[in-house]
Amino acid sequence: MKVKEKVMEIVFLVAACVSILAVLLICVFLFSSGIPAIGKIGPLNFLGGTVWKPSNNLFGILPMILGSIYVTAGAIVIGVPIGIFMAVFMARFCPEGLYKILKPAVELLAGIPSIVYGFFGMEVLVPLLRDVFADFNCKGNSMLAASILLGIMILPTIIGVSESAIRAVPNSYYEGSLALGADHERSVFFAVLPAAKSGILAGVVLGIGRAIGETMAVIMVAGNQPVIAHSIFKGVRTMTANVVIEMGYATGLHREALIATGVVLFVFILLINLLFSVIKRREK
Amino acid sequence: MKEVDGIKAINKVSFGQRLKAYKRSKLSFLLAVLVLLSAILTIGVLGYLIFYILIKGVPNLSPELFSLTYTSENVSMVPAIINTLMMTILALLIAVPLGIFSAIYMVEYAKKGNKLVGAISVTTETLAGIPSIVYGLFGMLFFVTYLHWKYSILAGAFTLSIMILPSIMRTTQEALLSVPDSYREGSYGLGAGKLRTVFRIVLPSAIPGILAGIILAIGRIVGETAALIFTAGTVPDIAKNLMSSGRTLAVHMYVLSGEGLHTDQAYATAVVLLVVVIIINGLSTLIAKKFTKA
Repeated sequence: MKVKEKVMEIVFLVAACVSILAVLLICVFLFSSGIPAIGKIGPLNFLGGTVWKPSNNLFGILPMILGSIYVTAGAIVIGVPIGIFMAVFMARFCPEGLYKILKPAVELLAGIPSIVYGFFGMEVLVPLLRDVFADFNCKGNSMLAASILLGIMILPTIIGVSESAIRAVPNSYYEGSLALGADHERSVFFAVLPAAKSGILAGVVLGIGRAIGETMAVIMVAGNQPVIAHSIFKGVRTMTANVVIEMGYATGLHREALIATGVVLFVFILLINLLFSVIKRREK
Repeated sequence: MKEVDGIKAINKVSFGQRLKAYKRSKLSFLLAVLVLLSAILTIGVLGYLIFYILIKGVPNLSPELFSLTYTSENVSMVPAIINTLMMTILALLIAVPLGIFSAIYMVEYAKKGNKLVGAISVTTETLAGIPSIVYGLFGMLFFVTYLHWKYSILAGAFTLSIMILPSIMRTTQEALLSVPDSYREGSYGLGAGKLRTVFRIVLPSAIPGILAGIILAIGRIVGETAALIFTAGTVPDIAKNLMSSGRTLAVHMYVLSGEGLHTDQAYATAVVLLVVVIIINGLSTLIAKKFTKA
């Protein structure tokens, strides 16, 4: 009996260590396949180069890095205000009956596959933008389209985290504010919301991670030109898109450069994760 | 509880009173409008997306789309559905025991402040934040190339199982933590050992929570594309065995929508995906609700 207990405890321990092993394996295989390519191309030429022409052995991914940052920034501009207001609505404004419908609806928004979002963007958003901004020479497939679509896609993340942060604020903040004569809106926005600040910030950081890593939806609406975009109506290519679009036929250094693009993305994600855990720790 | 209700009653404001207050304070009115607008926008986008896909897609659900074999004319989705089923079952077979066992270790066995526990939490959080394309790249480098599995259902399933591991771990941990300690103490008091207590007492009471987590993981598997293109490949036929390539439904939809020739069929595939996701989400909410009631 004692033996069985001990054996099973070790089994549980080994299972728990799988996640450590997985992270190690991911790091080892990504870095060992990507970093030599960066060395061969030259870190400056790779990270700072503005021309991506694999046929001419030119592998500059600056346009893609900027593309990812631009699109993510756009998604934050669109998704964060709407997400926070929606979280406030769900936590402090909406009647209980409505909440029972809203909560599953927001969860459904998180569950819809990115390929369906992308298809919806391609069929609805892109033609719409093409018509509305025809004067600006907008081709539809643009930074704006990707930003709007990503803004929608990060909504459930931001709403979920912000809502629980708002709910975690003690009710006495709200009541104290009411007692001082502030009305409902002012109490919520100037007493409760500031107290939930760091939780909401964590949600925003999580949303940034989602947006920068999103692949399929972006590919279908962003246009994917590997050049630095100078207007929100121009097409952009993100790092994620670069990998998926060209990996299918790439060989040799080209293939390694694509893996290295994935490594750069991975480093971005690790930094965002780090930021997230720092914020969460400070909250405690 | 009573006191809170009392406070609510005092705070109750009629619609008329509220309008009067808005007249006094433009800022409050603006904030209320913004809040309401965001809610309408969020729900509006969700509703529009669902109804748009349903209206455009349902008429395209033709019988040919459901023929048993794929040809470039009928672009049938049945092989993709079967591949998706295989992929889901296989990924769950790998990830669910691993996830539950590691959650058991973290909640029931590990001592608080243990360095290993800290490392496991950090790596789990890291895994949860990694985007699916990075999983796809890793799967391609490790399972497909290094282990020589080629593009195969097996490589795809292993990649996905790492991807869903953190969410299964987290939901199981939460479910285990919500089992009251009195259950464990009662079991020990009756002379049961630790292992028996975990499997006979703690796990059964945590099952609804675990199940809700697994169902959400199924949703992620069904909707996944980026992690599968370079691990399971895009062959449109039913995979003959675990070592052969096969596309899942989401990958199928990506290929269809990329070609530009099969937009109608892509709509129909989107309908199937959407319906599956709605059912999965509904099931998960239902189970979670039962769980909180009990």
